[in-house]
Amino acid sequence: MALPSFEDIEVGDALPELTHPPITRLQLALYAGASGDHNPMHVDIDFVKQAGLEDVFAHGMLGMAWLGRLVTQWVPQTALRHLDARFLDIVPVHAQITSRGRVTRKFTEDGENRVELEIENVDGEGKASTSGRAVVALD
Amino acid sequence: MIDTSHIGRELPVHSVDVERGRLRFFARAIGETDAVYSDLSAAQAAGHPDLPVPPTFLFCLEMEVPDPFAFYADMGIHVSQILHGEQHFTYHAPVHAGDQVTFRARISDIYSKKGGKLEFVVKDTEVSNQKQTPVATLRSVIVVRNP
Repeated sequence: MALPSFEDIEVGDALPELTHPPITRLQLALYAGASGDHNPMHVDIDFVKQAGLEDVFAHGMLGMAWLGRLVTQWVPQTALRHLDARFLDIVPVHAQITSRGRVTRKFTEDGENRVELEIENVDGEGKASTSGRAVVALD
Repeated sequence: MIDTSHIGRELPVHSVDVERGRLRFFARAIGETDAVYSDLSAAQAAGHPDLPVPPTFLFCLEMEVPDPFAFYADMGIHVSQILHGEQHFTYHAPVHAGDQVTFRARISDIYSKKGGKLEFVVKDTEVSNQKQTPVATLRSVIVVRNP
């Protein structure tokens, strides 16, 4: 895949989208183990029901990891300068999420050409659960 | 209300080894398909000395302490009240398997909204490697829901 060049990129350009398989309980268990976040709200339905909710929901940081993948499938991670996310809503088990983003700004900072991206995770209806911003450096 | 005298408080410093096996497990857990994050030869072919730490994994390493929520309890906050509101990463240098990273965190702000129903705790963390090179700055915004 050819690297995007700073000159060719325009504000409004979209990144290639990343649609994830529907979230399974297995994935949440794997993420709990791999991330070290053992909060039972994500893996233990008995605990969740006692807390008054119907079912487990995804770790917010799993969604942010997907936003990281959205960016690093577009440019190598060595180009990534900043990544942030706001957690807007919980993502229930079985949800199918798409990560998407677009260019919002081109600028020069610290002697580098940089591009700011608006990034988000949305469900099938386009409702955002996580939204944020990334900054990448491009030649 | 959370005592705002906690603003400026520094958390205990801790250091963590970055392990290849853990990075492979994390890559699998997030559905990562880019071999750079799990295959050493692919990582080296891409110019990395070892498997790279993916963008959000430093947050996980920051939690690698016996009780990552101890300081909330010290501030009178129960874990069940907490929501993760925002997370920020600013990257200064790459981190790879084999590195040892050190986390220095402080509470940088505490404020409330909605007449105290929601309180916000902002924690800023400076991360450096075994050569004392700064590698990243993390910011977590935690939302505390009051009954």
